[in-house]
Formats: sequence, structure tokens, C-alpha cells
Amino acid sequence: MAEQQQHADNSGAYLIRGAAILGGAAEDILIRDGIIAARGNQLDADGAGVRDATVIDAAGLVALPGMVDIHTHLREPGREDAETVETGTRAAALGGYTAVHAMANSTPVADTAGVVEQVLTLGRTAGWVDVRPVGAVTVGLAGEQLAELGAMADSRAHVRVFSDDGICVHDPVLMRRALEYVKAFDGVVAQHAQEPRLTAGAQMNEGEVSAVLGLAGWPAVAEESIIARDVLLAQHVGSRLHVCHVSTAGSVEIIRWAKSRGVNVTAEVTPHHLWLTDELARSYDPVYKVNPPLRTDADVQALRAALADGTIDVVGTDHAPHPSEHKECEWAQAAMGMTGLETALSVVQHTMIETGLMGWDDFARVTSTAPAAIGRLQDQGRPLETGEPANVILVDPAARWTVDPSKMATMGRNSPFAGRELPGKVMATFFKGHPTVLDGKLNTPYRWPADAVDAAPSGRP
Amino acid sequence: MKHLLSTEDLSLANAVRILDTAEEMAAVGEREVKKLPALRGRTVVNLFFEDSTRTRISFEAAAKRLSADVINFAAKGSSVSKGESLKDTAQTLAAMGADAVVIRHWASGAPHRLAATDWIDAAVINAGDGTHEHPTQALLDAFTMRRHWSKLAGTPSAGADLKGMRVAIAGDVLHSRVARSNVWLLRTLGAEVTLVAPPTLLPIGVEKWPCAVSFDLDETLAQGVDAMMMLRVQGERMNASFFPTTREYSRRWGFDDNRLRALDTLGLKDTIIMHPGPMNRGLEISAAAADSPRSTVLAQVRNGVSIRMAALYLLLSGDTREPATTVTASAAASHAANPNLTYSHQESH
Repeated sequence: MAEQQQHADNSGAYLIRGAAILGGAAEDILIRDGIIAARGNQLDADGAGVRDATVIDAAGLVALPGMVDIHTHLREPGREDAETVETGTRAAALGGYTAVHAMANSTPVADTAGVVEQVLTLGRTAGWVDVRPVGAVTVGLAGEQLAELGAMADSRAHVRVFSDDGICVHDPVLMRRALEYVKAFDGVVAQHAQEPRLTAGAQMNEGEVSAVLGLAGWPAVAEESIIARDVLLAQHVGSRLHVCHVSTAGSVEIIRWAKSRGVNVTAEVTPHHLWLTDELARSYDPVYKVNPPLRTDADVQALRAALADGTIDVVGTDHAPHPSEHKECEWAQAAMGMTGLETALSVVQHTMIETGLMGWDDFARVTSTAPAAIGRLQDQGRPLETGEPANVILVDPAARWTVDPSKMATMGRNSPFAGRELPGKVMATFFKGHPTVLDGKLNTPYRWPADAVDAAPSGRP
Repeated sequence: MKHLLSTEDLSLANAVRILDTAEEMAAVGEREVKKLPALRGRTVVNLFFEDSTRTRISFEAAAKRLSADVINFAAKGSSVSKGESLKDTAQTLAAMGADAVVIRHWASGAPHRLAATDWIDAAVINAGDGTHEHPTQALLDAFTMRRHWSKLAGTPSAGADLKGMRVAIAGDVLHSRVARSNVWLLRTLGAEVTLVAPPTLLPIGVEKWPCAVSFDLDETLAQGVDAMMMLRVQGERMNASFFPTTREYSRRWGFDDNRLRALDTLGLKDTIIMHPGPMNRGLEISAAAADSPRSTVLAQVRNGVSIRMAALYLLLSGDTREPATTVTASAAASHAANPNLTYSHQESH
């Protein structure tokens, strides 16, 4: 596709020939100096003042804004055996992402300005995507005392999304206060909706399959009751709520109701909840163990419809890599979570586009525009127009590939899609005008200016 | 037959084959020399991650009567308690040349993991996994019922099923692997099953099971029952609000002296009372019921050895055990492709 050329720095111009913009008409895109310098038919690079542009033949490819993940676990600091910011963001770039929100459940927890700035620095040092740290809502994710949300908001990491993800902020007073407090800096509380008492020891969706398998059930009502409470709280205090990984048909109904009442709520669905069901637990293979659990086909269909009609705003991967020993064990012993960054685009294409529920323009909305808006990212999720930041991906929708977790860039081998043939492949990812992925392969990272990387108080070398 | 993991996917033909083989094994137990040379030189490992002296010694007696070498591996005080994984334990046993692994585990599905992974290529027998299944218990229960049912009919039990037999199972169905295995097996054998329990101790989804459900033990008895099976109930459940007190539980769902007398007044003279043990006398079953002539509790224990001999024999004897093949993670697919494997999902009902 591209003329083979490694670009170790950020200089260079790229003339993308004939990409279907958001799946529509084919046009050329000229990328230079980190922005979309021109867009149009039969662009003349020389005429645009660019003599050394690398020409990319993008016939048959779809051009989309770089994807933004609202929900990623990069594991660093603390669990570098599971994933590092470097490996996780390589996976993100390969998956078509130009920004990821790194969840706060690291060790130490990202509950102070120091930790979120460390994660920011790690992300910029890696240079594959924008790493946007998520701040914890409560100290140590313990659900007892608010973390210094303002300090994290004011830090270099500029945190706007706060979440105790992995654990529900179940105390209604604490949740109310968090929602109120983040109004001071236009923040949002991203809730992991799971009533803890109803899910003590829960292993999988509670229903017909759990009854047969003898695995402790995680009832839909444990998610729905928290969402119902939180949308009412958000309305009462006039704040912004984001619901992580919505997994049930009932949750969709509550969110639809809340939006109709004008509640400022956004919702997310994972790729795996758009496809997989609790029937897979019959294998007792913990690669299918995730929180919230895989639900029924009726839930899957409701989630697809909700994503298509806008009730659910975004796709978030909940990318959760685990070392193999945490999955090569008994179901009850296994860690919860699945990798997702490198399969998200393909799974959404399979479940939403090839089913006719969505077009690529909708795809751009749910994977880029809307998540960037929720995270208040100024230069992500932008239109593919002249003068906009060049966060652009090229996708081959006709490609077919078989998922092989051992060949992934993430350190996690826990992909529930292993062995499945998926449609769609990311051929190029431009992050700030620099190709982090070319020809479907990892290229080189974007190099941030030294002062953007090294200003961390920890004084990383 | 490669593994015995559950009764849910056990075909009628295989269930009857195990029961019939157990009849032959029972005859051995009545001889002066209670031993067959069938499994000489084969190694059976009892891998117990949960204390269960009763089940372990039953399997041990079964293996020894078939002349197998028996190794007992109790997780407590072993490398497992030092954090060794199931995978490493299984690979260790494989390296030592185990031909069969009898596994009892607190985690539902642990035997399936052993069977589906390439950690070990031995026959796996589920000796009770979490709240999932306990297939040999259900088989010994069915064996006990079949002998009773055939005797009443005046026909030989070999080859018979349980068509028409009315079985009530009362107690903590939610947490009971015995109940699950019995429901599937009794369905396969043609019995009519009614589960009796407080609604809190029935799983969500039970309405899809091939059985009736009742909240009223007296009503169930009045409708006629040929076998009444009581399940063990842990008194601690009342602390989690599954029921208010043990006394209320006993009154409503226990097989007490009044219900024992009711069998007579209802004209149910041939109804047997079953319990998988260990019993909580005075909680789910009264002492009079447990010790009555209707009780099959000790017969069940005796039959357990015969059933486990049959299972070990059928899994390990040369003419039915196929050559060792590598079982991959996609075991379901390879099982289905192998015509020798009689326990494939294709046969599930």
C-alpha cells in the first residue's frame, strides 16, 4: 500500500489517494505538519507545496477519524506482567486508536495528581496514541473518601473522566457528591454499575445457563438498579454521568428513559457484549469470564439496537489483559476480563455494519466523535476536514483475518475471539500526522516535544 | 467413553450401560474375595481439593477392588495449599503416569478444565465439582432406585430404566450438585422429578429444567411419590437469609416424623427415603425417617462402590478406552469428531 519508508521522526507528508471518507465518496487527503492540509479530488501534492509526500494508494479503503477508547486498562504502574503502557498503546495503534483512556485501577491507584501525571508521561514516552489518564473517584478505589479530583483535573494530565472502574461507587451519598464535585471542572463520573451485595461471589450472568453450570449468578438487576439510581442522582444534581460497559436490555431501557427526560447521561458498550453470550460459559473456559458478564442473546440484540439508535453513545473496549496463569485455571479462580483493542473495529464491523445496523459514519461517531466529547479531548474525534488534527485511520473493510492472540501486540492472550474469522483490518493509523501504523503493521511512534514528556514532577529520565 | 464429567450429556445407552455394569460389580462385592484383576497395573489418582472422606474412600475401595494402584492426593497440606495451580498439579500427575484422575473440587467446572485442556491425558471422573454436578452420586441413586423399582415390578433390573417412577428431591437445590446430576439423569431414565424447596434455594432458570417445582412438600407427597430424596441443608444458610431459622426450615421442608407417618396414611407403602449423606438429623431429615425401613441411606453407600467400579472399569478397561490422543483446548470439537467418544455433546438430550 504505502511506499516502504520508515519515518523515525514526525516530519513527512502523506498523500492518501482515493479513500472513502467515512465510507462515502472517495477523495484524497493530504497530511502534513500534523494536520489535514488538504482534502479533495485528484489533489496535486506539488501544487500544495509538498514535493516529497509519500503517496498511499487507498482505493477500497475507508478513511475514519482515529478511534478513541473511553475504557482501557493499561495495567501500568503495578502490573507490568500483564501489560505496559508501551505494549497496550502499540495494540491500540494497531487497532485503529489514536487516544485511549487509561483506567485508574493500577497499583498504586491513579488517585493523585502524581500518578495520573506518571501515566501521562509513560503514554507520551511511548508515543503510539494519546494516553488520557482516568482518575479514581475514591481514594484507593475503596469507596469511602473522595480522591483529590480537583488536583487531578488541574494536573498536567488534565483529567476529566473519573472512575473507580472495576468497583462500583455504591454508596449513594458518595456518588452524589462525586457527581456534584466534578461539575467544578466539567468532569464526568464513569460508573461501573454493579450492586455489590447482589453480586457477591458472582461468576457469570444469572439465568438458565448459570443454573445448569452451578456458577454463582450476576443478575441483570444488580446493574440496572445502580444505573436507575445514578441517572436520578445525575438529574437531581445536574451533573454528567457516564455508564461503563452497559450489558443488559433492562439497562438500555433505563438509559433510554433517562435521556428522554433530559438527563445528561452517556453510555458505553463493549465489543464483546455486542456479540458473545453466556452460552460460551458452558465450556468453563475462563477466557469468557468478564465483568459485567456475557449476557443472553436478547441482551446482545438490545445492545446493538441501542448503539444504532444512539441510546448507547460509544463503544469502549474495556481492554483487560491478564497474564496467562490468571486464565489457565478454574473458572472461579480466574481473573475477569478480555483483551479488545486489536479486535474492536472488526467486531463492531461484524456486529453493527455487516448487519446493516450502522454505516461507517455511525462507526466514526461511536468510536471517535462521541468518546472524544465525553473525555473532553479537543483534538480527537474531529471531522476529516482541512485544518483539523490529522488523527486518521485507513481501514480495509474487505479484509478477513483469523484472530491469533499469540500474534497480538498486547501482552494479554485472553481474547475471546481467538480462532474466529473477523472482517476489517486497520491498514494505517495517523496520530498527530505521524503514521504509527502503515501497511497494517506497526511503524514508529510519534515523538512528543521534550518539554511535553519530561515535565513530570517525578523527573523520569 | 473418555471421561465422566456430568450426567447432563450422558446418553440413555451409556447410563444404562454404567448401571448394568454396576450390577455385575455388585456381585463381586458379595463374594468372599472382593477383587477383580481388571485394572491391574493402572493408576487411579484421587485428587481431592475439598474434604470428602466418604466419596474418597468409596472411589478408593472401587479402584482397589479392580486391582488398580490408588494414589490419594488431598489438596490440604500439599503443594496446592502452597499455591500450586490446577494446571501444575495436573501436569505433575500426568508426569507420574496417572491413568485416571478422580477429582473433587470446590470450583464448578474444574473437572471440565482437566478434560478440555492438554494439561493431562487421563480419564477424568468428576467426584463433585462446586455446585455443578456429582455424576457418580446420581448414578448410585439411580441404581438404588432402579433396584427398588424393578423389584416392585418383579422384573430384572439389568437393562431397565425408571419410566414412570415419581421422584421428589427436597432441599437446597440452589447449592446442590447432587440435585443437578439427579435431575438430568432421572430425566434421561424416564422418571418424573419434582423439586421441592423454598424459593430462595432454587436457582433462577430452574423453570427450564426437565422437572416440576413445588414449594409445598406435603402437597407433593399427597400427589404420590415413589422415592423421596432429601438434600443436605447447611444451617449457615439461614445467616444469608435463605430461610429464617432452621426450625422453620424443618417444619416446612424437612422430612420429619409427621411426614413419615403421612406416607402410611397416604397409602404410599413402597415409597423409599433417600439421602446422599452426610445427614443433618433433625434438620432436613428426622432420625426416625433416617432409620426407618424405608431408608436406603446405607444401600446408597454400598451401591456407590459398585457404581464407581463400573465407571472406572468402563473408562479404563482396554476394549473401550481409545488410544491416548492429545486433547486440545477445542476438545468439544475433537470429541464430536471422534466416533469412539460416546459422551459427546451430540448425544445430549
